[in-house]
Amino acid sequence: MKPEALKSQVLEIMATIAPELEPGELRADQPLRNQVDLDSMDWLNFLVALHERLKVDIPEADYARLVTLDDLLGYLGAKIAASSSA
Amino acid sequence: MTEFKLPSLGADMDEGKLLEWKVKPGDAVKRGQVIAVVDTSKAAVDVEIWHDGVVEALITKEGETIPVGTVMAKLRETGEKPAPAPAPAAPPPARPKEVPPSLRKPASPAARKRAHELDVDIDKVEGTGPHGAVTLEDVEKTAKKPAPAKKPAPEPSPVADRQLEMRKAIGAAMSRSKREIPHYYLAETIPMHKALETLARANEARPVTERVLMGALQLKAVALTLKKFPELNGFWRDGAFQAGAGVHVGVAISLRQGGLVAPAIHDVDQRSLEDLMRALADLVKRARAGSLRSSEMSDPTITVTNLGEQGVEAVYGVIYPPQVALVGFGRIAERAWAEDGALRAAPLVTATLSGDHRASDGHRGARFLAALREQLQRPEEL
Repeated sequence: MKPEALKSQVLEIMATIAPELEPGELRADQPLRNQVDLDSMDWLNFLVALHERLKVDIPEADYARLVTLDDLLGYLGAKIAASSSA
Repeated sequence: MTEFKLPSLGADMDEGKLLEWKVKPGDAVKRGQVIAVVDTSKAAVDVEIWHDGVVEALITKEGETIPVGTVMAKLRETGEKPAPAPAPAAPPPARPKEVPPSLRKPASPAARKRAHELDVDIDKVEGTGPHGAVTLEDVEKTAKKPAPAKKPAPEPSPVADRQLEMRKAIGAAMSRSKREIPHYYLAETIPMHKALETLARANEARPVTERVLMGALQLKAVALTLKKFPELNGFWRDGAFQAGAGVHVGVAISLRQGGLVAPAIHDVDQRSLEDLMRALADLVKRARAGSLRSSEMSDPTITVTNLGEQGVEAVYGVIYPPQVALVGFGRIAERAWAEDGALRAAPLVTATLSGDHRASDGHRGARFLAALREQLQRPEEL
Protein backbone atom coordinates (compact mmCIF):
# COMPACT_ATOMS: atom_id res chain seq x y z
CA MET A 1 0.00 0.00 0.00
CA LYS A 2 1.28 3.46 -0.89
CA PRO A 3 2.07 5.73 2.07
CA GLU A 4 -0.49 8.30 0.93
CA ALA A 5 -3.23 5.67 0.66
CA LEU A 6 -2.35 4.35 4.10
CA LYS A 7 -2.46 7.84 5.57
CA SER A 8 -5.87 8.60 4.11
CA GLN A 9 -7.25 5.30 5.45
CA VAL A 10 -5.85 6.00 8.91
CA LEU A 11 -7.32 9.51 8.91
CA GLU A 12 -10.66 8.15 7.76
CA ILE A 13 -10.69 5.75 10.70
CA MET A 14 -9.65 8.55 13.03
CA ALA A 15 -12.59 10.61 11.81
CA THR A 16 -14.99 7.91 12.97
CA ILE A 17 -13.53 8.16 16.49
CA ALA A 18 -13.15 11.95 16.57
CA PRO A 19 -15.63 13.38 14.08
CA GLU A 20 -14.82 16.96 15.05
CA LEU A 21 -11.24 16.57 13.84
CA GLU A 22 -10.15 18.70 10.89
CA PRO A 23 -7.43 16.64 9.19
CA GLY A 24 -5.60 19.83 8.24
CA GLU A 25 -5.16 20.67 11.92
CA LEU A 26 -3.29 17.49 12.70
CA ARG A 27 0.51 17.79 12.97
CA ALA A 28 1.97 14.47 11.89
CA ASP A 29 5.14 14.98 13.94
CA GLN A 30 3.40 15.90 17.22
CA PRO A 31 1.90 13.54 19.80
CA LEU A 32 -1.32 12.23 18.31
CA ARG A 33 -3.33 11.48 21.43
CA ASN A 34 -2.91 14.98 22.85
CA GLN A 35 -3.91 16.66 19.62
CA VAL A 36 -7.01 14.59 19.10
CA ASP A 37 -7.89 14.26 22.83
CA LEU A 38 -8.10 10.48 22.65
CA ASP A 39 -8.66 8.72 25.94
CA SER A 40 -7.68 5.09 26.37
CA MET A 41 -11.12 3.91 25.22
CA ASP A 42 -10.92 6.03 22.05
CA TRP A 43 -7.40 4.78 21.45
CA LEU A 44 -8.46 1.16 21.83
CA ASN A 45 -11.42 1.70 19.49
CA PHE A 46 -9.04 3.30 17.01
CA LEU A 47 -6.73 0.28 17.16
CA VAL A 48 -9.64 -2.12 16.80
CA ALA A 49 -10.80 -0.22 13.70
CA LEU A 50 -7.26 -0.27 12.26
CA HIS A 51 -7.13 -3.98 12.95
CA GLU A 52 -10.42 -4.56 11.15
CA ARG A 53 -9.58 -2.41 8.15
CA LEU A 54 -5.89 -3.14 7.69
CA LYS A 55 -5.64 -6.59 9.33
CA VAL A 56 -2.81 -5.38 11.52
CA ASP A 57 -2.60 -6.38 15.17
CA ILE A 58 -0.85 -3.91 17.45
CA PRO A 59 0.29 -5.48 20.74
CA GLU A 60 -0.05 -3.36 23.86
CA ALA A 61 3.71 -3.51 24.32
CA ASP A 62 4.11 -1.43 21.13
CA TYR A 63 1.82 1.45 22.23
CA ALA A 64 4.77 3.39 23.62
CA ARG A 65 6.35 3.56 20.15
CA LEU A 66 3.25 5.05 18.56
CA VAL A 67 3.38 8.65 19.67
CA THR A 68 2.88 10.67 16.51
CA LEU A 69 0.93 10.06 13.31
CA ASP A 70 4.29 9.61 11.54
CA ASP A 71 5.27 6.91 14.06
CA LEU A 72 1.99 5.13 13.51
CA LEU A 73 2.17 5.29 9.71
CA GLY A 74 5.75 3.99 9.73
CA TYR A 75 4.81 1.17 12.07
CA LEU A 76 1.72 0.17 10.08
CA GLY A 77 3.57 0.40 6.77
CA ALA A 78 6.28 -1.96 8.04
CA LYS A 79 3.72 -4.41 9.47
CA ILE A 80 1.71 -4.49 6.25
CA ALA A 81 4.85 -4.97 4.14
CA ALA A 82 6.00 -7.80 6.42
CA SER A 83 2.67 -9.61 6.26
CA SER A 84 2.34 -9.30 2.46
CA SER A 85 5.87 -10.59 1.84
CA ALA A 86 5.40 -13.47 4.30
CA MET B 1 -54.77 -2.67 32.76
CA THR B 2 -51.47 -1.04 33.62
CA GLU B 3 -50.20 2.41 32.91
CA PHE B 4 -46.84 3.03 31.37
CA LYS B 5 -45.29 6.22 32.71
CA LEU B 6 -42.27 8.16 31.55
CA PRO B 7 -39.57 6.90 33.93
CA SER B 8 -37.09 9.20 35.60
CA LEU B 9 -33.97 9.26 33.50
CA GLY B 10 -31.67 10.66 36.15
CA ALA B 11 -31.64 13.56 38.58
CA ASP B 12 -31.04 16.08 35.86
CA MET B 13 -34.03 15.10 33.79
CA ASP B 14 -37.54 16.14 34.72
CA GLU B 15 -39.10 16.09 31.27
CA GLY B 16 -38.58 14.54 27.89
CA LYS B 17 -39.84 14.86 24.35
CA LEU B 18 -41.29 11.78 22.71
CA LEU B 19 -39.46 11.33 19.43
CA GLU B 20 -40.94 8.06 18.36
CA TRP B 21 -43.13 5.16 19.39
CA LYS B 22 -41.59 1.79 18.58
CA VAL B 23 -44.88 -0.03 19.15
CA LYS B 24 -48.51 0.40 18.14
CA PRO B 25 -51.78 -0.57 19.79
CA GLY B 26 -52.27 -4.34 19.71
CA ASP B 27 -48.54 -5.12 19.83
CA ALA B 28 -47.37 -7.63 22.44
CA VAL B 29 -44.42 -6.28 24.43
CA LYS B 30 -41.88 -8.06 26.58
CA ARG B 31 -40.12 -6.89 29.72
CA GLY B 32 -36.99 -4.97 28.73
CA GLN B 33 -38.23 -4.17 25.24
CA VAL B 34 -37.62 -0.67 23.90
CA ILE B 35 -41.02 0.82 23.22
CA ALA B 36 -40.26 4.51 22.69
CA VAL B 37 -37.46 6.95 22.04
CA VAL B 38 -37.47 10.03 24.25
CA ASP B 39 -35.18 13.00 23.81
CA THR B 40 -33.59 14.49 26.91
CA SER B 41 -31.10 17.28 27.25
CA LYS B 42 -28.35 14.66 27.26
CA ALA B 43 -29.25 11.94 24.81
CA ALA B 44 -32.00 10.26 22.87
CA VAL B 45 -33.01 7.55 25.31
CA ASP B 46 -34.47 4.19 24.32
CA VAL B 47 -37.24 3.76 26.88
CA GLU B 48 -37.77 0.19 28.02
CA ILE B 49 -40.90 -1.33 29.47
CA TRP B 50 -40.89 -3.35 32.68
CA HIS B 51 -43.87 -5.65 32.23
CA ASP B 52 -44.97 -8.09 29.60
CA GLY B 53 -48.29 -7.12 28.09
CA VAL B 54 -50.20 -5.87 25.10
CA VAL B 55 -50.34 -2.22 24.09
CA GLU B 56 -53.90 -0.98 24.53
CA ALA B 57 -53.47 2.69 23.66
CA LEU B 58 -50.72 5.20 23.04
CA ILE B 59 -51.52 8.41 24.86
CA THR B 60 -48.52 10.66 24.33
CA LYS B 61 -48.12 11.93 20.79
CA GLU B 62 -44.81 12.00 18.98
CA GLY B 63 -43.26 15.44 19.30
CA GLU B 64 -44.95 16.12 22.65
CA THR B 65 -42.84 17.16 25.66
CA ILE B 66 -44.01 15.59 28.91
CA PRO B 67 -42.88 15.58 32.56
CA VAL B 68 -41.48 12.48 34.23
CA GLY B 69 -44.31 10.32 35.58
CA THR B 70 -46.76 11.17 32.79
CA VAL B 71 -48.85 8.21 31.64
CA MET B 72 -47.62 7.61 28.11
CA ALA B 73 -49.51 4.45 27.22
CA LYS B 74 -51.95 1.89 28.57
CA LEU B 75 -51.25 -1.79 28.52
CA ARG B 76 -53.27 -4.85 29.27
CA GLU B 77 -51.90 -8.05 30.70
CA THR B 78 -51.23 -10.77 28.20
CA GLY B 79 -54.54 -12.67 27.99
CA GLU B 80 -56.62 -9.78 29.36
CA LYS B 81 -59.46 -8.81 27.01
CA PRO B 82 -59.19 -5.55 25.13
CA ALA B 83 -61.08 -2.71 26.77
CA PRO B 84 -64.66 -2.37 25.48
CA ALA B 85 -64.48 -0.79 22.07
CA PRO B 86 -62.66 2.51 22.58
CA ALA B 87 -65.47 5.04 22.32
CA PRO B 88 -64.67 7.32 19.39
CA ALA B 89 -62.74 4.56 17.64
CA ALA B 90 -59.07 5.05 17.05
CA PRO B 91 -58.42 8.73 16.39
CA PRO B 92 -57.75 9.41 12.74
CA PRO B 93 -54.07 9.53 11.92
CA ALA B 94 -53.05 12.96 13.12
CA ARG B 95 -50.35 13.45 10.58
CA PRO B 96 -51.40 11.63 7.44
CA LYS B 97 -48.16 12.29 5.61
CA GLU B 98 -46.32 10.23 8.19
CA VAL B 99 -45.40 6.73 7.06
CA PRO B 100 -46.60 4.02 9.46
CA PRO B 101 -43.80 2.81 11.74
CA SER B 102 -43.32 -0.49 10.00
CA LEU B 103 -42.68 1.21 6.69
CA ARG B 104 -40.24 3.66 8.17
CA LYS B 105 -36.66 3.62 7.28
CA PRO B 106 -34.53 1.85 9.81
CA ALA B 107 -32.51 4.47 11.66
CA SER B 108 -30.61 4.66 14.93
CA PRO B 109 -32.21 6.71 17.72
CA ALA B 110 -29.28 9.09 17.51
CA ALA B 111 -29.84 9.57 13.77
CA ARG B 112 -33.53 10.20 14.31
CA LYS B 113 -32.83 12.73 17.00
CA ARG B 114 -30.25 14.51 14.90
CA ALA B 115 -32.63 14.53 11.94
CA HIS B 116 -35.21 16.14 14.16
CA GLU B 117 -32.74 18.76 15.34
CA LEU B 118 -31.53 19.54 11.86
CA ASP B 119 -35.03 19.51 10.44
CA VAL B 120 -34.14 16.73 8.03
CA ASP B 121 -36.85 14.34 6.81
CA ILE B 122 -35.33 11.02 7.76
CA ASP B 123 -37.38 9.13 5.21
CA LYS B 124 -35.63 11.04 2.46
CA VAL B 125 -32.14 10.33 3.73
CA GLU B 126 -30.18 7.68 1.91
CA GLY B 127 -29.08 5.10 4.48
CA THR B 128 -25.60 3.59 4.31
CA GLY B 129 -25.83 1.49 7.50
CA PRO B 130 -26.74 -2.20 7.76
CA HIS B 131 -29.93 -2.99 5.78
CA GLY B 132 -29.97 0.55 4.48
CA ALA B 133 -30.32 1.97 8.00
CA VAL B 134 -29.86 5.69 8.28
CA THR B 135 -26.84 6.55 10.39
CA LEU B 136 -25.95 9.74 12.22
CA GLU B 137 -23.44 10.51 9.50
CA ASP B 138 -26.03 10.10 6.75
CA VAL B 139 -28.26 12.63 8.46
CA GLU B 140 -25.46 15.10 8.89
CA LYS B 141 -24.36 14.69 5.29
CA THR B 142 -27.89 15.33 4.07
CA ALA B 143 -28.19 18.35 6.31
CA LYS B 144 -24.98 19.81 4.93
CA LYS B 145 -26.25 19.69 1.37
CA PRO B 146 -27.60 23.09 0.48
CA ALA B 147 -31.29 22.60 1.14
CA PRO B 148 -33.83 24.51 -0.88
CA ALA B 149 -33.39 27.85 0.83
CA LYS B 150 -36.36 28.17 3.09
CA LYS B 151 -34.89 29.47 6.32
CA PRO B 152 -32.81 32.48 5.45
CA ALA B 153 -32.49 33.84 8.97
CA PRO B 154 -29.58 32.14 10.75
CA GLU B 155 -30.95 30.38 13.81
CA PRO B 156 -28.96 29.30 16.83
CA SER B 157 -27.42 25.99 15.85
CA PRO B 158 -29.06 22.90 17.37
CA VAL B 159 -25.67 21.78 18.60
CA ALA B 160 -25.27 24.99 20.56
CA ASP B 161 -28.82 24.59 21.90
CA ARG B 162 -28.06 21.10 23.04
CA GLN B 163 -24.90 22.29 24.72
CA LEU B 164 -26.86 24.94 26.54
CA GLU B 165 -29.53 22.44 27.57
CA MET B 166 -26.96 19.99 28.83
CA ARG B 167 -25.13 22.66 30.84
CA LYS B 168 -28.43 23.67 32.39
CA ALA B 169 -29.28 20.07 33.28
CA ILE B 170 -25.87 19.38 34.78
CA GLY B 171 -26.01 22.69 36.65
CA ALA B 172 -29.42 21.90 38.10
CA ALA B 173 -28.46 18.40 39.27
CA MET B 174 -25.13 19.48 40.73
CA SER B 175 -26.66 22.52 42.49
CA ARG B 176 -29.25 20.23 44.02
CA SER B 177 -26.50 17.87 45.10
CA LYS B 178 -24.44 20.60 46.75
CA ARG B 179 -27.55 22.08 48.37
CA GLU B 180 -28.94 18.85 49.76
CA ILE B 181 -26.06 16.45 50.24
CA PRO B 182 -23.61 17.04 53.10
CA HIS B 183 -20.53 15.77 51.28
CA TYR B 184 -17.41 14.47 52.97
CA TYR B 185 -14.26 13.75 50.97
CA LEU B 186 -11.49 11.19 51.52
CA ALA B 187 -8.42 10.24 49.52
CA GLU B 188 -6.12 7.23 49.50
CA THR B 189 -2.93 6.51 47.54
CA ILE B 190 -2.95 3.06 45.99
CA PRO B 191 0.09 1.23 44.57
CA MET B 192 -0.85 -0.10 41.13
CA HIS B 193 2.11 -2.20 40.00
CA LYS B 194 0.36 -5.51 40.68
CA ALA B 195 -2.79 -4.48 38.86
CA LEU B 196 -0.80 -3.09 35.92
CA GLU B 197 1.35 -6.23 35.64
CA THR B 198 -1.63 -8.58 35.82
CA LEU B 199 -3.49 -6.61 33.19
CA ALA B 200 -0.49 -6.33 30.84
CA ARG B 201 0.12 -10.06 31.12
CA ALA B 202 -3.51 -10.90 30.38
CA ASN B 203 -3.67 -8.42 27.50
CA GLU B 204 -0.59 -9.91 25.85
CA ALA B 205 -2.60 -13.02 25.09
CA ARG B 206 -5.69 -11.12 23.98
CA PRO B 207 -6.34 -9.92 20.43
CA VAL B 208 -6.87 -6.18 20.19
CA THR B 209 -10.63 -6.67 20.03
CA GLU B 210 -10.67 -8.28 23.49
CA ARG B 211 -8.17 -6.12 25.32
CA VAL B 212 -9.19 -4.91 28.76
CA LEU B 213 -8.52 -1.36 29.99
CA MET B 214 -7.53 -0.39 33.51
CA GLY B 215 -10.82 1.51 33.77
CA ALA B 216 -12.72 -1.80 33.66
CA LEU B 217 -10.48 -3.32 36.32
CA GLN B 218 -11.04 -0.33 38.60
CA LEU B 219 -14.81 -0.57 38.13
CA LYS B 220 -14.74 -4.23 39.11
CA ALA B 221 -12.58 -3.50 42.16
CA VAL B 222 -15.01 -0.79 43.31
CA ALA B 223 -18.01 -3.08 42.79
CA LEU B 224 -16.51 -6.02 44.69
CA THR B 225 -15.46 -3.77 47.57
CA LEU B 226 -18.89 -2.16 47.73
CA LYS B 227 -20.48 -5.48 48.62
CA LYS B 228 -18.94 -5.09 52.07
CA PHE B 229 -20.08 -1.46 52.32
CA PRO B 230 -23.75 -1.50 51.36
CA GLU B 231 -24.33 1.95 52.91
CA LEU B 232 -22.37 3.50 50.04
CA ASN B 233 -24.34 1.69 47.33
CA GLY B 234 -27.90 2.97 46.93
CA PHE B 235 -30.09 6.01 47.22
CA TRP B 236 -31.17 8.68 49.68
CA ARG B 237 -34.92 9.05 49.17
CA ASP B 238 -37.64 10.58 51.30
CA GLY B 239 -35.34 11.11 54.23
CA ALA B 240 -33.98 7.59 54.39
CA PHE B 241 -31.32 5.40 52.85
CA GLN B 242 -32.40 2.65 50.47
CA ALA B 243 -29.80 0.04 49.63
CA GLY B 244 -29.36 -0.65 45.91
CA ALA B 245 -30.82 -3.93 44.65
CA GLY B 246 -27.55 -4.67 42.87
CA VAL B 247 -24.24 -2.96 42.25
CA HIS B 248 -25.09 -0.83 39.22
CA VAL B 249 -22.12 1.42 38.65
CA GLY B 250 -22.71 4.71 36.88
CA VAL B 251 -19.74 5.50 34.68
CA ALA B 252 -19.02 9.19 34.14
CA ILE B 253 -18.44 9.55 30.39
CA SER B 254 -17.33 12.84 28.93
CA LEU B 255 -18.81 13.69 25.56
CA ARG B 256 -16.55 14.93 22.82
CA GLN B 257 -18.58 18.05 22.23
CA GLY B 258 -18.62 18.84 25.98
CA GLY B 259 -20.81 17.78 28.86
CA LEU B 260 -21.08 14.35 30.43
CA VAL B 261 -23.43 11.49 31.17
CA ALA B 262 -23.13 8.80 33.83
CA PRO B 263 -25.20 5.79 32.73
CA ALA B 264 -25.02 2.50 34.63
CA ILE B 265 -23.47 -0.83 33.90
CA HIS B 266 -25.64 -3.34 35.76
CA ASP B 267 -24.38 -5.95 38.24
CA VAL B 268 -20.74 -5.00 37.81
CA ASP B 269 -19.73 -7.21 40.76
CA GLN B 270 -21.03 -10.31 38.99
CA ARG B 271 -19.46 -9.80 35.58
CA SER B 272 -16.19 -11.21 34.34
CA LEU B 273 -13.60 -8.60 33.45
CA GLU B 274 -13.97 -9.42 29.75
CA ASP B 275 -17.72 -9.05 29.90
CA LEU B 276 -17.40 -5.83 31.87
CA MET B 277 -14.98 -4.44 29.30
CA ARG B 278 -17.40 -5.22 26.47
CA ALA B 279 -20.21 -3.53 28.39
CA LEU B 280 -18.03 -0.50 29.08
CA ALA B 281 -16.91 -0.14 25.46
CA ASP B 282 -20.50 -0.45 24.28
CA LEU B 283 -21.73 2.09 26.84
CA VAL B 284 -19.08 4.67 25.97
CA LYS B 285 -19.82 4.25 22.28
CA ARG B 286 -23.55 4.67 22.73
CA ALA B 287 -23.19 7.54 25.20
CA ARG B 288 -21.06 9.43 22.71
CA ALA B 289 -23.47 8.65 19.88
CA GLY B 290 -26.29 9.96 22.08
CA SER B 291 -28.15 6.66 22.31
CA LEU B 292 -28.79 5.24 25.78
CA ARG B 293 -31.37 3.06 27.48
CA SER B 294 -33.76 4.24 30.15
CA SER B 295 -32.62 1.59 32.65
CA GLU B 296 -29.04 2.78 32.30
CA MET B 297 -30.02 6.35 33.01
CA SER B 298 -32.32 5.76 35.94
CA ASP B 299 -30.71 3.27 38.25
CA PRO B 300 -26.99 3.72 38.92
CA THR B 301 -26.41 2.99 42.62
CA ILE B 302 -23.02 4.75 42.75
CA THR B 303 -20.88 6.65 40.24
CA VAL B 304 -17.24 6.15 39.33
CA THR B 305 -15.36 8.93 37.59
CA ASN B 306 -11.90 8.59 36.12
CA LEU B 307 -10.13 11.81 35.22
CA GLY B 308 -6.72 10.21 35.12
CA GLU B 309 -6.58 10.43 31.35
CA GLN B 310 -6.51 14.19 31.65
CA GLY B 311 -3.52 13.92 33.91
CA VAL B 312 -4.97 15.12 37.21
CA GLU B 313 -3.76 13.55 40.39
CA ALA B 314 -7.12 13.31 42.14
CA VAL B 315 -10.79 14.13 41.57
CA TYR B 316 -13.21 15.07 44.36
CA GLY B 317 -16.53 14.50 42.65
CA VAL B 318 -20.00 15.85 43.27
CA ILE B 319 -22.44 13.08 44.19
CA TYR B 320 -25.20 12.51 41.64
CA PRO B 321 -28.48 12.52 43.56
CA PRO B 322 -30.22 10.39 44.73
CA GLN B 323 -26.99 8.37 45.00
CA VAL B 324 -24.95 8.60 48.19
CA ALA B 325 -21.37 8.14 47.04
CA LEU B 326 -18.95 8.74 44.21
CA VAL B 327 -15.54 7.18 43.69
CA GLY B 328 -12.89 9.06 41.73
CA PHE B 329 -9.63 7.91 40.21
CA GLY B 330 -6.79 10.18 39.16
CA ARG B 331 -3.88 9.41 36.89
CA ILE B 332 -1.72 6.36 37.41
CA ALA B 333 1.82 7.74 37.50
CA GLU B 334 5.20 6.80 38.87
CA ARG B 335 5.93 8.63 42.09
CA ALA B 336 8.12 8.14 45.12
CA TRP B 337 6.80 5.39 47.36
CA ALA B 338 8.17 4.36 50.71
CA GLU B 339 7.74 0.74 51.74
CA ASP B 340 9.64 -1.50 54.17
CA GLY B 341 12.00 1.34 54.98
CA ALA B 342 13.04 1.87 51.36
CA LEU B 343 12.14 4.53 48.86
CA ARG B 344 11.41 3.57 45.27
CA ALA B 345 9.53 4.74 42.21
CA ALA B 346 6.16 3.01 41.90
CA PRO B 347 3.04 3.50 39.79
CA LEU B 348 0.43 5.02 42.10
CA VAL B 349 -3.13 6.22 41.80
CA THR B 350 -5.12 8.45 44.14
CA ALA B 351 -8.60 7.09 44.73
CA THR B 352 -11.13 9.38 46.37
CA LEU B 353 -14.51 8.91 47.94
CA SER B 354 -17.18 11.59 48.07
CA GLY B 355 -19.71 10.36 50.61
CA ASP B 356 -23.14 11.53 51.71
CA HIS B 357 -22.91 12.16 55.46
CA ARG B 358 -26.59 11.37 55.89
CA ALA B 359 -25.96 7.80 54.76
CA SER B 360 -22.44 7.07 56.00
CA ASP B 361 -19.58 8.45 58.08
CA GLY B 362 -15.96 9.17 57.30
CA HIS B 363 -14.92 6.17 59.38
CA ARG B 364 -16.76 3.72 57.12
CA GLY B 365 -15.68 5.70 54.06
CA ALA B 366 -12.06 5.36 55.14
CA ARG B 367 -12.50 1.61 55.63
CA PHE B 368 -13.99 1.40 52.16
CA LEU B 369 -10.98 3.10 50.55
CA ALA B 370 -8.61 0.88 52.53
CA ALA B 371 -10.51 -2.18 51.35
CA LEU B 372 -10.40 -0.88 47.76
CA ARG B 373 -6.63 -0.48 48.07
CA GLU B 374 -6.33 -4.06 49.33
CA GLN B 375 -8.58 -5.36 46.56
CA LEU B 376 -6.34 -3.74 43.95
CA GLN B 377 -3.36 -5.59 45.47
CA ARG B 378 -5.19 -8.83 44.61
CA PRO B 379 -5.91 -8.19 40.92
CA GLU B 380 -6.18 -11.92 40.20
CA GLU B 381 -9.57 -11.86 41.97
CA LEU B 382 -10.96 -9.24 39.60
